[in-house]
Amino acid sequence: MTENLGLDYKITLGLLTAFIKDELAKPGFSRLIVGLSGGLDSAVVAYLSVKAIGNENVVAAIMPYKSSNLENIKDAHELVAALGIKKYEVDITPQVDSYFERFPDANRDRRGNKMARERMSILYDLSAKERALVIGTSNKSEILLGYGTIFGDLACAINPIGDLYKTQVRILAHHLGVPEKIIAKPPSADLFEGQTDEGDYGFSYQDVDGLLYLLVDERYSPAQCEKAGYDRAMINKVIDMIVINQFKRSTPLIAKLSSRTVGLDFRYPRDWGK
Amino acid sequence: MKIAIAQIKSVLGSLEQNLMRHYDYIDKALESKADLVVFPELSLTGYTLKDLTSEVAVRLDDTRLSSLIARSREIDIVVGLVEESNEFLFFNTALYLSGGKIVHAHRKVYLPTYGMFEEGRHFATGNSLDTFETKFGRSGMLICEDQWHSVCPLILTLKGALLIIGIANGAARGIQNADGLASAGTWERMNTFYAINHSLYLAFVNRVGVEDGVVFWGGSEIVDPFGNRVIKGSYNNEELLFGEIDPGSVRRSRVTSPLLRDERIDFCLREFQQIWSAGGADGEVV
Repeated sequence: MTENLGLDYKITLGLLTAFIKDELAKPGFSRLIVGLSGGLDSAVVAYLSVKAIGNENVVAAIMPYKSSNLENIKDAHELVAALGIKKYEVDITPQVDSYFERFPDANRDRRGNKMARERMSILYDLSAKERALVIGTSNKSEILLGYGTIFGDLACAINPIGDLYKTQVRILAHHLGVPEKIIAKPPSADLFEGQTDEGDYGFSYQDVDGLLYLLVDERYSPAQCEKAGYDRAMINKVIDMIVINQFKRSTPLIAKLSSRTVGLDFRYPRDWGK
Repeated sequence: MKIAIAQIKSVLGSLEQNLMRHYDYIDKALESKADLVVFPELSLTGYTLKDLTSEVAVRLDDTRLSSLIARSREIDIVVGLVEESNEFLFFNTALYLSGGKIVHAHRKVYLPTYGMFEEGRHFATGNSLDTFETKFGRSGMLICEDQWHSVCPLILTLKGALLIIGIANGAARGIQNADGLASAGTWERMNTFYAINHSLYLAFVNRVGVEDGVVFWGGSEIVDPFGNRVIKGSYNNEELLFGEIDPGSVRRSRVTSPLLRDERIDFCLREFQQIWSAGGADGEVV
């Protein structure tokens, strides 16, 4: 049920190129840095970045952990070579392991979140070193379902694919010439061995993207989604995930005390003066 | 008459920088011997103003506008800005400048306040639509959402417009179909329909550039009274376009389809009156 999830490649590329160029130049930057995992989303963002501003202005950071899938790391290096972009490889194992020596009983979620935040802190450090803005790689499916670590992989300055469902990112990848083996691999956060997005969700992107499109873009009620062929239990689960994870899509709450509070009634555009 | 369309980006919240950009485009339009140069909605301020609205507002007698208005001795100019009234209300206003004077100020009548739009939070609504004389003949201006309310082009037509200048900040939305940008398609159909339906020229001037992640798609155009495109701007790129318009085409189209002659204001008024008496659009279906 993803018939509504196509995309016009030429139009999309035109808009995303304009977005990347303008929103990069406004804060005074000319270069981008992307965390490359060997997966689809970061590959698409790397290809888009190169198309928009040229390979000499794009930097990749490959940040494996000791349990990372070796195939992904190899693919990330191949992407760097294919695109001809500068790269850093930073193994996050020492910093993650040294921290968890103090908390040896930490569960999988804590470890996964920590890895995501270590990668974020490395990206932002390299951003300062390279004078390159951090470009994000979270897609609309993940952002709506809350499948990301707050202040971790969700952190970035600009995100060109945050309004594209995973299904659309895949279509875009074909047009951009992303290697087939990257498009074909099962989506995974690769935070522990054998992890897949679809295993964590309990449903496929193909199914959930169609449902998200109806709920969010077309404003269908749950009953209308059910009529359109979706299972009620899945509809309820997806709505719960969207609601529970709203905090990941918001800036921190500020207690209102004055007559003019940042974010509430002190409202300026981010591109203020640019 | 030769129209120049300045399909520009604006600097968000900087009147001074935008004025400099306007002067550059005015110079280029003059070099090409255009009679009129048209800038997009809020061209002197940018669109996503939020709390900047009151800070970038100008009274129409503000000296910062003097040089711009003076340039209209050389070429007619349409610009968009935030106008501050004597009552300290703020309007999304389009100015038609000619002969060193403000010939007409149109205050946006329909302020979109839904979804991604919040103009009603910041602007006061205009309450009139008027036409004015230009070198081409009587003309009128609409600002973006005005054009989505079909009574606006109708009113201007009944007030004698042969040319409608529609200035916009159209945001790009809807990429999921293979047949182009959804928001552009809607605008383009509207422009063509109004030009044919009211037998006049429609000059649609949309900005480009990006503000807070929103891309403005450009694609400015002039459509003649038969629905043909006189010129078409590219999507997303800054450019200066030129198109010739000819009152003779309006005459020929109105001879062929005398729809204006057959318009019945008495009938419209009676129907509107009846709807109004019954509680308007909020009331019962009549």
